[in-house]
Amino acid sequence: MNALSALFIRDLRLAVRVGGGGGIGVLFFLIVVVLMPFAIGPDLALLARIGPALLWLGALLATLLTLERLFSIDQEDGSLDLLLMADTPLELAVAAKAAAHWLTTGLPLVIATPLFGLFMNLNGHASAAVALTLLAGTPALTFIGVIGAALSVALRRGGLLLAVLVLPLTVPVLIFGVSASNAAIVGPLPFGTPFTILCALSLFSLVIGTFAAAAALRHGLE
Amino acid sequence: MNLGPHADFIVAAYAVAVLVVALLIGWVVLDHRTQQRRLAQLEASGVTRRSDRTVERTA
Amino acid sequence: MPLIDLANPTRFLALAERALPWLIGATAIAFAVGLQQTHGAPDDYQQGATVKIMFIHVPSAWLGMFGWGLMSVAALGTLVWRHPLADVAAKAAAPIGAAFTFLCLVTGSLWGRPMWGTYWVWDARLTSELVLLLIYLGVIALWRTVEDPSRASRAVAVLTLVGAINLPIIKFSVDWWNTLHQPASVFRVGGSTIDRSILIPLFAMAIAFTLLFVTLHIAAMRNEILRRRIRTLMLMQAQAAPGSAS
Repeated sequence: MNALSALFIRDLRLAVRVGGGGGIGVLFFLIVVVLMPFAIGPDLALLARIGPALLWLGALLATLLTLERLFSIDQEDGSLDLLLMADTPLELAVAAKAAAHWLTTGLPLVIATPLFGLFMNLNGHASAAVALTLLAGTPALTFIGVIGAALSVALRRGGLLLAVLVLPLTVPVLIFGVSASNAAIVGPLPFGTPFTILCALSLFSLVIGTFAAAAALRHGLE
Repeated sequence: MNLGPHADFIVAAYAVAVLVVALLIGWVVLDHRTQQRRLAQLEASGVTRRSDRTVERTA
Repeated sequence: MPLIDLANPTRFLALAERALPWLIGATAIAFAVGLQQTHGAPDDYQQGATVKIMFIHVPSAWLGMFGWGLMSVAALGTLVWRHPLADVAAKAAAPIGAAFTFLCLVTGSLWGRPMWGTYWVWDARLTSELVLLLIYLGVIALWRTVEDPSRASRAVAVLTLVGAINLPIIKFSVDWWNTLHQPASVFRVGGSTIDRSILIPLFAMAIAFTLLFVTLHIAAMRNEILRRRIRTLMLMQAQAAPGSAS
């Protein structure tokens, strides 16, 4: 197998192992989704109206917070330096790692959404709609977030800096994701328009995020 | 000058503009003074840039 | 004197010293003219005297975007050409651009309340302008996070270029989405739709604010160069071991 698939499978394996952090994203998602009704109150009608938004926010936070460790683990044991020196283009390596991260964090979130939708008093149709928008949108969140992950490891600063830098860039994804969900559940507006824009954002960020993250790693670690 | 029924908003807008511009100017001016002061302190304690020293040697 | 001399910090400092008094004078005159124009501007038939807020709001919006554009060009200078003053220019521009973006949001809000009934609405242009302010603040935070300016400069450059995507969104958002904010009326295909008597004070204030931006920027660049020299000197001082000849 070539280097890229080896890297991809390595990241997948590391994530699902104990201590790898694969399931922690879903667990965090669950806790956030459970906390919201405590803060908002048991008004079921209100929860159903803002349910899609809360699920999206939970997914956003879960993705961002787990991305922080994407490169720092490799930096700690020296494999990041190997990646930088390798023949494989850094952009492709970044893309492989981000893809593995999405498979082990983003995709479980999507799968968990119909179940967590119950907490928000969303019916089956609504949960499915939110899950579909999350499926299209979580890649965008991952690939935008990977820029922040690269920046924070290049600068050896973590924590809130990553969130401060990356969250404003995820605003369009959030807007269209929630808009598409609401269009499918309630609205007279068509679902197709915001959904296709959401897909476009994911494809766009796949390219931009990969190149920006690679540039950040390259320049920041010189 | 009659500013009409919404005079308060117009005055407030211009007041905020004056405040922001004043803060910007203040930042630049105070920062300049701080840097000048620090440079003077460093020069007084004998630390100089290489190029300044070169000038002294050839002078 | 060739343009390449501007790349030399010492030359730049000398130039800045000479240019700044003229720039300050020009800015003062431009504001005198601009304010006199806004004072004499007629009341809009729909908005009355509140159109005078536009003479601050629109130039602030332009300069907020201009600031990020300048930072983006500087970012290219840092990443592609390794220009020595590029990151100085970028770091100096950030607070100024952020201040103008903030001013745009506040004056827009004060204009919106009497005219359209609300201080804020989540339409496309206001949201993308607010996002611009947030990424300005993010960049400023990034500059302050890393101690070594040259290491910070490359990370900031990457972030600046990614954030530049926001600029066309701001510009075209009012065309793409039907929103509360009015569509483009100054810079559009087919010429402006605003009457001359309002357009002239607008451009007068725009020129004044732009001169202010340039003056502040050059002064801030000068401060940044001095700050870096001081840092170098202090590092030299700290490295000289006590007791040995330094």
